[in-house]
Amino acid sequence: MSDLHIDETLILDNMQAADADDVLRTMAANLYDHELVEESYIQAVIDREHEHPTGLPTKGPAVAIPHTSKEHVRQKTISIGVLDEPVAFGIMGEEKETVPVELVFMLAMDDEHSQLSMLQQLMSIFQDETQLSFYKNTKDKTKRKEALIDTLSLSRQGGETR
Amino acid sequence: MKKRVLVACGTGIATSTVVNDAIENMCKNHDIEAEVIQCKISEIAQYEDSADLLVTTTVTKKDYPFPVINARAFLTGIGTEETEQEILDALKQ
Repeated sequence: MSDLHIDETLILDNMQAADADDVLRTMAANLYDHELVEESYIQAVIDREHEHPTGLPTKGPAVAIPHTSKEHVRQKTISIGVLDEPVAFGIMGEEKETVPVELVFMLAMDDEHSQLSMLQQLMSIFQDETQLSFYKNTKDKTKRKEALIDTLSLSRQGGETR
Repeated sequence: MKKRVLVACGTGIATSTVVNDAIENMCKNHDIEAEVIQCKISEIAQYEDSADLLVTTTVTKKDYPFPVINARAFLTGIGTEETEQEILDALKQ
Protein backbone atom coordinates (compact mmCIF):
# COMPACT_ATOMS: atom_id res chain seq x y z
CA MET A 1 0.00 0.00 0.00
CA SER A 2 1.37 3.39 -0.96
CA ASP A 3 0.96 6.71 0.80
CA LEU A 4 -1.90 8.92 -0.19
CA HIS A 5 -0.71 11.47 -2.70
CA ILE A 6 -2.38 14.87 -2.69
CA ASP A 7 -1.10 17.97 -4.43
CA GLU A 8 -2.36 21.13 -6.08
CA THR A 9 -2.01 19.79 -9.61
CA LEU A 10 -4.76 17.30 -8.78
CA ILE A 11 -7.18 20.08 -7.87
CA LEU A 12 -8.94 21.21 -11.03
CA ASP A 13 -10.77 24.52 -10.70
CA ASN A 14 -13.35 26.12 -12.97
CA MET A 15 -13.88 22.91 -14.86
CA GLN A 16 -16.17 23.25 -17.84
CA ALA A 17 -17.59 20.00 -19.00
CA ALA A 18 -20.31 18.88 -21.36
CA ASP A 19 -21.29 15.89 -19.27
CA ALA A 20 -20.14 13.47 -16.60
CA ASP A 21 -17.99 11.47 -19.02
CA ASP A 22 -16.19 14.65 -19.95
CA VAL A 23 -15.48 15.46 -16.29
CA LEU A 24 -14.23 11.95 -15.60
CA ARG A 25 -12.05 11.85 -18.70
CA THR A 26 -10.36 15.15 -17.88
CA MET A 27 -9.73 14.27 -14.24
CA ALA A 28 -8.58 10.71 -14.95
CA ALA A 29 -6.29 11.83 -17.78
CA ASN A 30 -4.74 14.31 -15.38
CA LEU A 31 -4.05 11.49 -12.91
CA TYR A 32 -2.53 9.48 -15.75
CA ASP A 33 -0.35 12.44 -16.79
CA HIS A 34 0.98 12.52 -13.24
CA GLU A 35 1.71 8.80 -13.42
CA LEU A 36 -0.59 8.01 -10.51
CA VAL A 37 -2.84 5.64 -12.44
CA GLU A 38 -2.55 3.32 -15.42
CA GLU A 39 -3.92 4.48 -18.74
CA SER A 40 -6.65 1.86 -18.35
CA TYR A 41 -7.97 3.78 -15.32
CA ILE A 42 -9.49 6.43 -17.59
CA GLN A 43 -11.91 4.15 -19.38
CA ALA A 44 -12.42 1.98 -16.31
CA VAL A 45 -13.61 4.88 -14.16
CA ILE A 46 -15.98 6.04 -16.93
CA ASP A 47 -17.39 2.55 -17.43
CA ARG A 48 -17.84 2.04 -13.73
CA GLU A 49 -19.68 5.34 -13.37
CA HIS A 50 -22.14 4.17 -16.04
CA GLU A 51 -22.72 0.90 -14.29
CA HIS A 52 -22.57 2.10 -10.70
CA PRO A 53 -23.15 5.87 -10.54
CA THR A 54 -21.58 7.76 -7.63
CA GLY A 55 -23.49 11.06 -7.47
CA LEU A 56 -24.49 12.00 -3.93
CA PRO A 57 -27.09 14.62 -3.06
CA THR A 58 -25.92 16.51 0.02
CA LYS A 59 -27.22 19.39 2.12
CA GLY A 60 -24.87 21.67 0.17
CA PRO A 61 -23.34 21.33 -3.32
CA ALA A 62 -23.85 17.80 -4.61
CA VAL A 63 -20.77 15.61 -4.99
CA ALA A 64 -19.67 12.56 -6.92
CA ILE A 65 -16.99 10.06 -5.87
CA PRO A 66 -15.96 8.23 -9.03
CA HIS A 67 -13.57 5.35 -8.45
CA THR A 68 -12.68 1.98 -9.89
CA SER A 69 -10.83 -1.16 -8.99
CA LYS A 70 -7.30 -1.16 -7.73
CA GLU A 71 -5.56 -2.83 -10.66
CA HIS A 72 -5.73 0.49 -12.51
CA VAL A 73 -4.10 2.43 -9.68
CA ARG A 74 -0.38 3.10 -9.34
CA GLN A 75 -0.46 5.34 -6.32
CA LYS A 76 -3.30 6.02 -3.94
CA THR A 77 -4.60 9.53 -4.52
CA ILE A 78 -7.59 11.86 -4.47
CA SER A 79 -8.28 14.46 -7.15
CA ILE A 80 -10.80 17.26 -6.69
CA GLY A 81 -12.74 18.76 -9.58
CA VAL A 82 -14.72 21.96 -9.08
CA LEU A 83 -17.28 22.50 -11.83
CA ASP A 84 -18.22 25.93 -13.11
CA GLU A 85 -21.70 24.75 -13.98
CA PRO A 86 -23.29 21.71 -12.35
CA VAL A 87 -23.16 18.51 -14.42
CA ALA A 88 -25.69 15.70 -14.10
CA PHE A 89 -24.36 12.51 -12.51
CA GLY A 90 -26.40 9.41 -11.80
CA ILE A 91 -27.34 9.08 -8.14
CA MET A 92 -25.65 6.24 -6.30
CA GLY A 93 -28.00 3.30 -5.99
CA GLU A 94 -30.63 4.69 -8.32
CA GLU A 95 -31.30 3.42 -11.79
CA LYS A 96 -32.25 6.62 -13.61
CA GLU A 97 -32.27 9.59 -11.25
CA THR A 98 -29.53 12.18 -11.60
CA VAL A 99 -28.19 14.97 -9.40
CA PRO A 100 -26.51 18.22 -10.54
CA VAL A 101 -22.97 17.74 -9.24
CA GLU A 102 -20.65 20.65 -8.45
CA LEU A 103 -17.79 18.89 -6.68
CA VAL A 104 -16.07 15.72 -7.81
CA PHE A 105 -13.74 13.75 -5.55
CA MET A 106 -12.08 11.19 -7.78
CA LEU A 107 -10.60 8.36 -5.76
CA ALA A 108 -7.75 6.15 -6.84
CA MET A 109 -7.51 3.45 -4.20
CA ASP A 110 -4.98 0.66 -4.14
CA ASP A 111 -6.10 -1.28 -1.12
CA GLU A 112 -9.56 -2.44 -0.23
CA HIS A 113 -9.78 -2.45 3.51
CA SER A 114 -7.12 -0.41 5.19
CA GLN A 115 -8.44 3.01 4.29
CA LEU A 116 -11.61 3.07 6.32
CA SER A 117 -10.80 6.05 8.51
CA MET A 118 -9.69 8.07 5.49
CA LEU A 119 -12.93 7.30 3.67
CA GLN A 120 -15.00 8.06 6.75
CA GLN A 121 -13.28 11.41 7.04
CA LEU A 122 -13.99 12.08 3.40
CA MET A 123 -17.66 11.24 3.96
CA SER A 124 -17.67 13.64 6.89
CA ILE A 125 -16.97 16.42 4.38
CA PHE A 126 -20.09 15.42 2.43
CA GLN A 127 -22.19 15.67 5.56
CA ASP A 128 -21.01 19.16 6.34
CA GLU A 129 -22.48 22.05 4.35
CA THR A 130 -19.82 24.48 5.48
CA GLN A 131 -16.97 22.29 4.33
CA LEU A 132 -18.64 21.57 1.01
CA SER A 133 -19.15 25.28 0.35
CA PHE A 134 -15.54 25.88 1.24
CA TYR A 135 -14.32 23.32 -1.29
CA LYS A 136 -16.69 24.74 -3.88
CA ASN A 137 -15.94 28.41 -3.35
CA THR A 138 -12.41 28.96 -2.17
CA LYS A 139 -10.06 29.98 -4.95
CA ASP A 140 -6.94 29.08 -3.04
CA LYS A 141 -5.75 25.64 -4.06
CA THR A 142 -3.17 25.42 -1.32
CA LYS A 143 -5.80 26.10 1.31
CA ARG A 144 -8.03 23.49 -0.21
CA LYS A 145 -5.26 20.96 -0.34
CA GLU A 146 -4.36 21.67 3.26
CA ALA A 147 -7.97 21.43 4.36
CA LEU A 148 -8.24 18.05 2.67
CA ILE A 149 -5.06 16.81 4.26
CA ASP A 150 -6.24 18.04 7.67
CA THR A 151 -9.63 16.47 7.29
CA LEU A 152 -8.22 13.17 6.18
CA SER A 153 -5.83 13.32 9.13
CA LEU A 154 -2.83 12.74 6.96
CA SER A 155 0.64 13.37 8.14
CA ARG A 156 2.18 16.36 6.41
CA GLN A 157 5.58 14.83 6.87
CA GLY A 158 4.92 12.55 3.95
CA GLY A 159 7.28 14.31 1.56
CA GLU A 160 5.18 14.44 -1.57
CA THR A 161 2.32 16.26 0.09
CA ARG A 162 4.52 19.26 0.85
CA MET B 1 -29.91 -16.58 15.49
CA LYS B 2 -26.95 -14.83 14.02
CA LYS B 3 -27.90 -12.71 11.02
CA ARG B 4 -25.85 -12.54 7.90
CA VAL B 5 -25.69 -9.09 6.33
CA LEU B 6 -24.13 -8.48 2.94
CA VAL B 7 -22.66 -5.08 2.19
CA ALA B 8 -21.87 -4.43 -1.43
CA CYS B 9 -20.78 -1.74 -3.83
CA GLY B 10 -19.81 -2.18 -7.45
CA THR B 11 -16.13 -2.80 -6.95
CA GLY B 12 -16.16 -3.49 -3.24
CA ILE B 13 -13.60 -0.81 -2.57
CA ALA B 14 -14.75 2.57 -1.51
CA THR B 15 -18.29 2.93 -0.31
CA SER B 16 -18.96 -0.52 1.10
CA THR B 17 -16.05 -0.12 3.50
CA VAL B 18 -17.75 2.82 5.15
CA VAL B 19 -21.16 1.17 5.18
CA ASN B 20 -19.70 -2.04 6.55
CA ASP B 21 -18.31 -0.23 9.56
CA ALA B 22 -21.54 1.69 10.16
CA ILE B 23 -23.56 -1.52 10.23
CA GLU B 24 -21.16 -3.35 12.50
CA ASN B 25 -21.37 -0.49 14.99
CA MET B 26 -25.13 -0.34 14.71
CA CYS B 27 -25.51 -4.06 15.40
CA LYS B 28 -23.21 -3.80 18.37
CA ASN B 29 -25.22 -0.90 19.79
CA HIS B 30 -28.48 -2.79 19.41
CA ASP B 31 -27.21 -6.15 20.64
CA ILE B 32 -27.84 -7.78 17.31
CA GLU B 33 -25.62 -10.68 16.53
CA ALA B 34 -24.63 -10.27 12.93
CA GLU B 35 -21.99 -11.36 10.55
CA VAL B 36 -21.32 -8.53 8.13
CA ILE B 37 -19.80 -9.60 4.85
CA GLN B 38 -18.35 -7.04 2.50
CA CYS B 39 -18.51 -8.16 -1.10
CA LYS B 40 -18.89 -7.12 -4.69
CA ILE B 41 -22.30 -7.14 -6.30
CA SER B 42 -21.07 -9.93 -8.56
CA GLU B 43 -20.30 -12.10 -5.50
CA ILE B 44 -23.75 -11.89 -3.96
CA ALA B 45 -25.00 -14.98 -5.77
CA GLN B 46 -22.85 -17.27 -3.63
CA TYR B 47 -24.58 -15.99 -0.46
CA GLU B 48 -28.07 -16.07 -1.92
CA ASP B 49 -29.20 -18.98 0.24
CA SER B 50 -27.56 -17.90 3.45
CA ALA B 51 -27.90 -14.10 3.70
CA ASP B 52 -30.64 -12.25 5.59
CA LEU B 53 -30.16 -8.80 4.19
CA LEU B 54 -28.31 -6.87 1.50
CA VAL B 55 -27.25 -3.31 2.14
CA THR B 56 -25.85 -1.67 -0.93
CA THR B 57 -24.78 1.64 -2.41
CA THR B 58 -25.40 0.56 -5.95
CA VAL B 59 -28.16 -0.51 -8.30
CA THR B 60 -29.28 -4.09 -8.05
CA LYS B 61 -30.91 -5.39 -11.17
CA LYS B 62 -31.79 -8.76 -9.76
CA ASP B 63 -34.42 -9.88 -7.29
CA TYR B 64 -32.98 -11.45 -4.20
CA PRO B 65 -34.72 -13.66 -1.66
CA PHE B 66 -33.83 -11.17 1.09
CA PRO B 67 -34.55 -7.46 1.59
CA VAL B 68 -32.33 -4.94 -0.18
CA ILE B 69 -31.69 -1.59 1.49
CA ASN B 70 -30.00 1.43 -0.10
CA ALA B 71 -27.19 2.67 2.12
CA ARG B 72 -26.50 6.02 0.52
CA ALA B 73 -27.59 7.72 3.74
CA PHE B 74 -24.44 6.47 5.49
CA LEU B 75 -22.40 8.47 3.00
CA THR B 76 -24.42 11.67 2.82
CA GLY B 77 -25.88 11.90 6.29
CA ILE B 78 -29.30 12.55 4.77
CA GLY B 79 -31.91 10.14 6.08
CA THR B 80 -29.49 8.11 8.20
CA GLU B 81 -32.03 7.48 10.97
CA GLU B 82 -34.62 6.15 8.56
CA THR B 83 -32.09 3.84 6.92
CA GLU B 84 -30.89 2.57 10.29
CA GLN B 85 -34.45 1.87 11.31
CA GLU B 86 -35.08 0.01 8.06
CA ILE B 87 -32.04 -2.15 8.67
CA LEU B 88 -33.00 -2.81 12.29
CA ASP B 89 -36.53 -3.77 11.27
CA ALA B 90 -35.19 -6.14 8.65
CA LEU B 91 -32.81 -7.77 11.12
CA LYS B 92 -35.39 -8.19 13.85
CA GLN B 93 -37.68 -10.21 11.63
